[in-house]
Amino acid sequence: MHLVVTYLIGVVFGLGIVISGMSNPAKVLNFFDVAGSWDPSLAFVMGSALAVTAIGYRIVLRGTRPLFEGNFSLPTARDLDARLIGGSAVFGVGWGIAGFCPGGALPALGTGRSEVLIFTAALIAGLALARFIKSRPTPAPSGA
Amino acid sequence: METAFTPIQALIGGSLIGLSAVLLMWARGRIMGATGVMAGLIWPENRDAFMWRAALVLGMVTAPALYLLATGAMPPVQVPVSTPMLIAGGLLVGLGVSYGGGCTSGHGVCGMARLSPRSIVATLSFMAATGVTVFVIRHVIGG
Repeated sequence: MHLVVTYLIGVVFGLGIVISGMSNPAKVLNFFDVAGSWDPSLAFVMGSALAVTAIGYRIVLRGTRPLFEGNFSLPTARDLDARLIGGSAVFGVGWGIAGFCPGGALPALGTGRSEVLIFTAALIAGLALARFIKSRPTPAPSGA
Repeated sequence: METAFTPIQALIGGSLIGLSAVLLMWARGRIMGATGVMAGLIWPENRDAFMWRAALVLGMVTAPALYLLATGAMPPVQVPVSTPMLIAGGLLVGLGVSYGGGCTSGHGVCGMARLSPRSIVATLSFMAATGVTVFVIRHVIGG
């Protein structure tokens, strides 16, 4: 039962992405091309998603626990460090090159288009590479 | 490649994205972040952690078929970039979101909605980097 509900939540997310056009790299990239073929749609998508989430979270988080879990799992990290800023900047460069972000690519996989498969495979390789680098022991400081 | 400004579809779609984030918090107490969902699906902590993420992603992947049923056409996927760019972009996105701890859905929607300082900083960082990258590719290199 809980998997069916979770599946349907995924459907709602996916429909939101495809209806808003965020599974379409041309549309996403045009948002950032203010100096060229500008399409402001992405701002309306993020704005409405933010408004609904902000209000909805306020209501939901008043409860004591989620429906299918013992407690809410909210991120607890607080530090504004180089990893956060640099990592996000690298993500932005990749997004600007390819036009897909992870949330746009996952629903777009359902179109069966080979470009989405290629991007997603590279994305998974990037996730795996970061995981591998992070898992290696930190090298001792070198030099005299 | 020109695309039409579609404010109504943007508002409907964005509201559905927000609704799904609220529902996931309500049902599972989790942030709707595509990065976390993917990583948790590929390297699951346990069977349950795998199963709910698999169900969620399966739902996402079903959406284009439902869109096809309702409208008679698949949602448009226009890719104005080359295959090497898709691969390079994908690698950088995978690396970046791993270190940045999230992407557009996790930081840009869910984290910003919670007014998380980390998410606000991350979102400003990736939006600026994407803007600069698109400008350089289209108007400096390609211009």
